[in-house]
Amino acid sequence: MTHDQFEVLSNQAVAACAVAYFLAVLAHLAQWASGRQVPVSSPAAVPVSVGAGAVDARPVDAGAADDHPLAGSGAPVVAEESERMQLFGRIGVSLTVVAALVHLVAIVSRGLAADPVRVPWGNMYEFTLTGTWVVAAGYLLLYRRFSLSWLSPVVTGFVLITLMVDVLLLYTPVVPLRDALQSPWLVIHVVAAIIATGAFTLGGMSSALFLVKQRWVERHGAGGTGYLARLPEVAVLDRMAYRAHAFAFPIWTFAALIAGPIWAHNAWGRYWGWDPKEVWAFITWVVYAAYLHARATAGWKGRQAAVVALVGLATLWFNFVGINFFFGSGSQHSYAAPAPVGVVRTLSG
Amino acid sequence: MAVVEQTRNDRDFRREPPPAMNPRELARWAWRQLTSMRTALILLFLLALAAIPGSVIPQEAVDSVRASQWKDAHPSLTPIYEKLGLFSVYDSVWFSAIYLLLMVSLVGCIVPRTLVYWRGVRARPPAAPRHLDRLPQHRLLEIDEQPDEVLERARAALRRRRYRLEPGSGELAAERGYLREAGNLVFHLSVLVVLVGFGIGSIFGFKGGVIVVTGDSFANTLSQYDDFRAGAAFDPAQLDPFELTVNSFDVTFIREGREAGMAHQFAADLTVRPSPGAAPLHRSISVNHPVSVHGTDVFLLSHGYAPHITVRNADGSVAFSGPVVFLPEDSTFRSFGVVKVPDARQRGGSAQLGLEGEFYPTYAFTSATGPFSAFPDDKNPAISMLVYRGDLGLDNGVPQSVYGLQKKNLRPVLKADGKPERIDLARGHTATLPDGLGSVTFDGVSRYVKLQVSHTPGQRIALLGVVLALLGLLASLFIRPRRVWVRTRREGGRTLVEVAGLDRSAGGDLTGEVDALAAELGSRPVVPPTSSSPPTPGETS
Repeated sequence: MTHDQFEVLSNQAVAACAVAYFLAVLAHLAQWASGRQVPVSSPAAVPVSVGAGAVDARPVDAGAADDHPLAGSGAPVVAEESERMQLFGRIGVSLTVVAALVHLVAIVSRGLAADPVRVPWGNMYEFTLTGTWVVAAGYLLLYRRFSLSWLSPVVTGFVLITLMVDVLLLYTPVVPLRDALQSPWLVIHVVAAIIATGAFTLGGMSSALFLVKQRWVERHGAGGTGYLARLPEVAVLDRMAYRAHAFAFPIWTFAALIAGPIWAHNAWGRYWGWDPKEVWAFITWVVYAAYLHARATAGWKGRQAAVVALVGLATLWFNFVGINFFFGSGSQHSYAAPAPVGVVRTLSG
Repeated sequence: MAVVEQTRNDRDFRREPPPAMNPRELARWAWRQLTSMRTALILLFLLALAAIPGSVIPQEAVDSVRASQWKDAHPSLTPIYEKLGLFSVYDSVWFSAIYLLLMVSLVGCIVPRTLVYWRGVRARPPAAPRHLDRLPQHRLLEIDEQPDEVLERARAALRRRRYRLEPGSGELAAERGYLREAGNLVFHLSVLVVLVGFGIGSIFGFKGGVIVVTGDSFANTLSQYDDFRAGAAFDPAQLDPFELTVNSFDVTFIREGREAGMAHQFAADLTVRPSPGAAPLHRSISVNHPVSVHGTDVFLLSHGYAPHITVRNADGSVAFSGPVVFLPEDSTFRSFGVVKVPDARQRGGSAQLGLEGEFYPTYAFTSATGPFSAFPDDKNPAISMLVYRGDLGLDNGVPQSVYGLQKKNLRPVLKADGKPERIDLARGHTATLPDGLGSVTFDGVSRYVKLQVSHTPGQRIALLGVVLALLGLLASLFIRPRRVWVRTRREGGRTLVEVAGLDRSAGGDLTGEVDALAAELGSRPVVPPTSSSPPTPGETS
């Protein structure tokens, strides 16, 4: 295949995986819609095994849903799902797996489309393409371990919408990497940034659902029917959010505060120059540091911490998209403009 | 007075007045407030907020050209912004105040915690609480073997999991994850290390820019720099006396396809003499590959064209000759530049001459667009310049840019038809100026490189600090501080074994670990696992 054919393949794969994600969204909507009438039964009815040599657990008194045990590593309270729900759920996840594979094909062929062949992280379009894939892949990887079926509609919907925005607003034809980007640090810095972004996004989804669920529980109490009733209890959502953020924060530290400065030193002659992109990476870091602190501070736990996490996510996305749109010519990170210049002024081509 | 009155009233009407704080108590109270987590959180948010203006308003230290353009465009806002320090946010009093307060708060929090940790790091695991079944994780097992055997097995299992053990009578206390707090402390102390490294760089370091035409040399002295920015404690005498010559500069432009015109690779070939009298070294420099001389780094930032222009007087004597640096204006390298000829002579008297105009590396013309550059490589170079005469303003002592003409006392040289004289020259051609002003020749083109020379001491300290911070962070996030207790008692010819656990981290979950341990100790649990997660005591600071 020629480079041009790979470019066509990449574009078609993006379209194909978007269709698959769309079908997955529909399947998950159908899943939750068909569960609308199924009440959330008392989770205590779920037998919990105790590892090797376990005997049947003694049934705990039902009804005490508040202090009720959480099975395993954060399984949701949701107990019985109707068969229809399970079927639609399985269809949705399978479609997401297919979509993520096609999505990966789109990313790889995007790299092969360039002459010379390069890593597919040269501009915003490619960055977003890969970032959404990390969100989808991370969700699929953790799906079983953390029983993430409650996250399915959010993840698939998010990936679908972000991909659409990516294709409509950020699409750029394949071009070779600019001189400043030709460095092994591109791989290190950008891969770390993409992984952290994906994980922060998953964490932000959990935090947002935490806020929604908390409000819902205040109004309706535990039990009931529908998607919100079936969300795991707030402690589980909070813990899931914390885990995603705790995973992402060190990676972000590495991407923004170690790999970035080393590369900036080589390419631009300074390791930290308060470039708008650097400023906002720093702001994101500070806000997420505040989240980790807030989670451990009386009076800030729970709702406030979740809000801080969402603020952090907002600064993160603003940095990736907003900076390039609003501060384009002022940032050395704007990949539309030619090589970084000081006295020498050049305009974007 | 009002306050005193108020206090007296309180004393009259309330039973227990708050005791007035003496200065010492006030200081203690203020210190406690400052070093509290709540204050640290608020300072973190303030720091994030305070960093924003620097990304919106052009910063002098980042891009002085853009900053001065912005100031010219906003004359009424500029004085206000200058008072507020908005053109140098990251050096401003208020920004410094926030991060210094944050650092004080951090030290005030970390130092006592380090002392506590130092005393506690050798501590033995605490004895088992009386009611093990109230812990978040609790299992009750019935085993045939003797208590000692069970405890021995528990000891082996927990030691394998690297627990610290404290045997008691009929029970065993175990704890692990001591390094979590160590990681936490290392992380916070490393932030100080990074700040110190960053501070050293901005106080003792310098950064200068210089444009060198190929074939020319640059000696590292202050007078040779086009722009120079140094820290407060920098001494120009510390400049390392090296010298470099730009032998050649190679650039490849992509010639076809949609990316045509993009510079694909560019690199300069340098001869570096590290110190006077030292043997010269050959070095290649390109973007991402700086050259380092005795800790001073030289970076290739960008490149451009310097047309060779000769201006002759009417009698044929040379008034000006040499390469003139033109600044690129777009990606086709259409470039802008000026030639100042203070020594030009007109027949019958002196007249300073100025040329201002553009350079096109690949000249092209359509009647719709006028002259433009079709390609960034020098395939068909041409200059197109207007001629001015009068006073260049070089003698009045006010420094002026070499890249612009001060036109206050200059007027354009006109053609016979009254229109301004524009000279359009291809390489090797000469134009004769009217009024006996002589001639202008476009001899050829050299390329130039823009180099940045900088010395940033402390960057290794900063790097070390941030790497340590990352390691500490990983430890504080992923090391799980856990306590496990095993208690045995003999009852009815069998051994009842209680296994209980407590995860002291935020978001920890001990179910698996306690289950595995219970399974290893053997046989049948008589009580189902209880694993309700009460709010776990979290890490602080």
